[in-house]
Amino acid sequence: MTFKFLSIPLIAAALVGVAATGAHAAGKSKQPAYQDWTFAGPFGHYDRGALQRGFKIYQEVCSACHSIGLVNFRNLMEPGGPEFSEAEVKQLATDWSTSVIDALPDEDGEPVERQPRLSDKIPGPWANKQQAQASNGGAYPPDFSLIAKARAVERGFPNFVFDIFTQYQEQGPDYLHGLLTGYTSDEPNDAGTYDNPYYIGGPALAMAPPLSDGLVTYDDGTPETLDQYAKDVAHFLMWAAEPKLEQRKSLGFKAMIFMILFAGLLYGTKRRVFASVKH
Amino acid sequence: MSEEVYEDPTRRDFLYVATGAFGVVGAASVAWPFIDQMNPDASALALSTTEVDISSLEPGMSMRIMWRGKPVFIRNRTEEEVAAAKDVALADLPDQDARNGKAEEATDLARSAGEGRESLIVMVGVCTHLGCIPLGVENNGGEFGGWFCPCHGSHYDTAGRIRKGPAPENLPVPPFEFLSDNVIKIG
Amino acid sequence: MSGMEHHGHYEPATGVEKWIDKRLPLPRLMYDSFVSYPVPRNLNYMYTFGGILMIMLVIQIITGIVLAMHYTANTAISFGAVEHIMRDVNYGWLIRYMHMNGASMFFIAVYLHIFRGLYYGSYKEPRELLWILGVVIFLLMMATAFMGYVLPWGQMSFWGATVITNLFSALPLVGEPIVTWLWGGFSVDNATLNRFFSLHYLLPFMILGVVILHVWALHVTGQTNPTGIEVKKKQDTLPFTPYATVKDAFALMCFFVVFGWFLFYMPNFLGHPDNYIPADPLVTPAHIVPEWYFLPFYAILRAITFDIGPIDSKLGGVIAMFGSIAVLFVLPWLDTSKVRSAKYRPIYKWFFWIFVADAVLLGWLGSKPAEQPYIIIAQMATLYYFAHFLVVLPLLGLYETPDEQPASISEAVLGKDGDAALAESKG
Repeated sequence: MTFKFLSIPLIAAALVGVAATGAHAAGKSKQPAYQDWTFAGPFGHYDRGALQRGFKIYQEVCSACHSIGLVNFRNLMEPGGPEFSEAEVKQLATDWSTSVIDALPDEDGEPVERQPRLSDKIPGPWANKQQAQASNGGAYPPDFSLIAKARAVERGFPNFVFDIFTQYQEQGPDYLHGLLTGYTSDEPNDAGTYDNPYYIGGPALAMAPPLSDGLVTYDDGTPETLDQYAKDVAHFLMWAAEPKLEQRKSLGFKAMIFMILFAGLLYGTKRRVFASVKH
Repeated sequence: MSEEVYEDPTRRDFLYVATGAFGVVGAASVAWPFIDQMNPDASALALSTTEVDISSLEPGMSMRIMWRGKPVFIRNRTEEEVAAAKDVALADLPDQDARNGKAEEATDLARSAGEGRESLIVMVGVCTHLGCIPLGVENNGGEFGGWFCPCHGSHYDTAGRIRKGPAPENLPVPPFEFLSDNVIKIG
Repeated sequence: MSGMEHHGHYEPATGVEKWIDKRLPLPRLMYDSFVSYPVPRNLNYMYTFGGILMIMLVIQIITGIVLAMHYTANTAISFGAVEHIMRDVNYGWLIRYMHMNGASMFFIAVYLHIFRGLYYGSYKEPRELLWILGVVIFLLMMATAFMGYVLPWGQMSFWGATVITNLFSALPLVGEPIVTWLWGGFSVDNATLNRFFSLHYLLPFMILGVVILHVWALHVTGQTNPTGIEVKKKQDTLPFTPYATVKDAFALMCFFVVFGWFLFYMPNFLGHPDNYIPADPLVTPAHIVPEWYFLPFYAILRAITFDIGPIDSKLGGVIAMFGSIAVLFVLPWLDTSKVRSAKYRPIYKWFFWIFVADAVLLGWLGSKPAEQPYIIIAQMATLYYFAHFLVVLPLLGLYETPDEQPASISEAVLGKDGDAALAESKG
């Protein structure tokens, strides 16, 4: 009798999974290829090397136009992230190309400009959104803090049902990698934009291809290819969006084991309690 | 209901005890994050220390910075002020503890920034009576040429020690260290 | 209700217990309601969702209160405040994801709980008021969830609030003033956000109050059970503790495993990526979609694309959407069948599952853009939704031949002979 109701949860799962289809994309942007991310799956963790290389790409290429305002300098040395040393991050902050306005003005009431400290957020390149748009032909280069969670291409049925079981949560980094490697040409099209079938907002975007082979020097011997750059920066941006991922999955493992065992014990208790009665 | 079947007590008890134990451990584990979330968060902890550049402080100058939401007085004292503080006998002090976290007596040396830097004094500028911010020498140093709290009339001397008035303790000296000759890190 | 005898009553043993019992018999109430209280002995796991819902309400309240310690409702600050919780507050990420996914789990449980009621006829006499209180709780849950989703002030927060509050402008004459009044301004803005925070904090405590009434009403009539046959004698029942308690505890832990699956490994699966973009009144997202648990009602709202006489399509949609819940209020009087449980209603069983499929279909359609062929399918699915309640249920009761039902719960559980033997042994 209860068997019928097993199908309710399955149907509910399908309904619930409908959210993933939720119409994320305007047109039909191309589904990006799955990448092999170390942070995927129940035992996912970040690769320190990838995070550090990805940060380097952000700093040398992206930070000219894109802010990452929810990340503080101190986050770069905290566990679960790129884990630079404190000395390295202090130097980074002191040398950062943009300064910070201090919270308190000086005695004359004038704003005090200073270099960032560990406790400051990483300053972005623009004073405000309007300046950002004006310098980029009206297009606003989005802040990068959450971009890896703010982008996902509609998966459609039945993918979204399978995704519940495969725990696929990497739509964002897959999208970023697809976008960065997906430009069909280095030259703008007739409208002045750049064609890219992966772009979620249409067939072309205002940003020229930002990466190319050999653009950024890697000190650790990793190949300096476009594909590698795209992977590393997407990896870094995933951390920027989800700095607690490692803690979450590690706590999750302990919690799930505990709860499954507890459920088993409760089942045994239930059977024992009910053993003597007809029901 | 007289339908109960006699069960082997040790097996039954173990199951119930184990289940109960899991429940207790589970409840405690879930409770901890809810308690810990009220502790200072990472951004508050990041501001728990502050570095201050004191290179601009000439003798006789004070500066006031914020640390953990409270004002901190940093003063480069004149020779007269240091001498006046050294002249005071410990027995004359209402509070003989240096209040610098090191369980020392309230000598001028203990109150100051240490050997070779005795003219510098760093104190939390919150009156130990009821929390007002005392006025410094520039405004009204009080009877002892140090700090004076206008709220209830507490007088602190040139080493920030309470001399007269309702305040029970000397102004606290926060933990601090010299990162270089001109930069101190407080906290 | 001669069978609804308690399995023993509270007997205060110690001096302290007697002292309290004489002054405020709360322990007595708890004991009589949750220890000795008789429940049918044949309840299956579909009956565990009530207990699960109570725990989910407590979880949402506790996580919510804790989040409110770190959140500020202000259009300039809210998005950053939520990220501050996620990044800086100790275990903030855990509590936020718990609250966010807890809301979805709350709705999964409530839908299973409601569909259990539809299947087993839990809404039928004498439990009409119990059912109505449940629908009130459901409405309050939807209002709470709607306002809660606005608080992070992401793109979907803002635009979802804009679309849904704009609905009220469909009401003739009073519509526009009502919308301005709801907004506290001329668009969804800081005033709206602030009041939504206040009300979002308030409503769960109103839900708690109605839940108390709901459980009280339940304890007056007693639970239904899968056979739909009312409790006739004490042997039909078991004491709530330990039987229902341990079964609920096991079901709850299984539910938590599912909760943990989403919370720890896929915390953003049930949400929408656009809500990680700060709200921008000048940029409308490509598709505005509510959270999954609202999708069927969203589909019904958008299905009315035509005017009906003086009622324009916008108003028609609003009426249809609220009507789809209003019809639940009168369900006890729409269903004419004398038989309670679908177990013995062979034709109704089919219609039940077709209705389930229709509800899921409506949900899927709610996520689709408002284009053909989705529009026509949604219109047919909406029509069927109302037909189920307004046509099928009234007629079915009159024409359906039910299966043979057992005389009592005990008979259903023990078989005819077993029941007779038990009755004999009781003397």
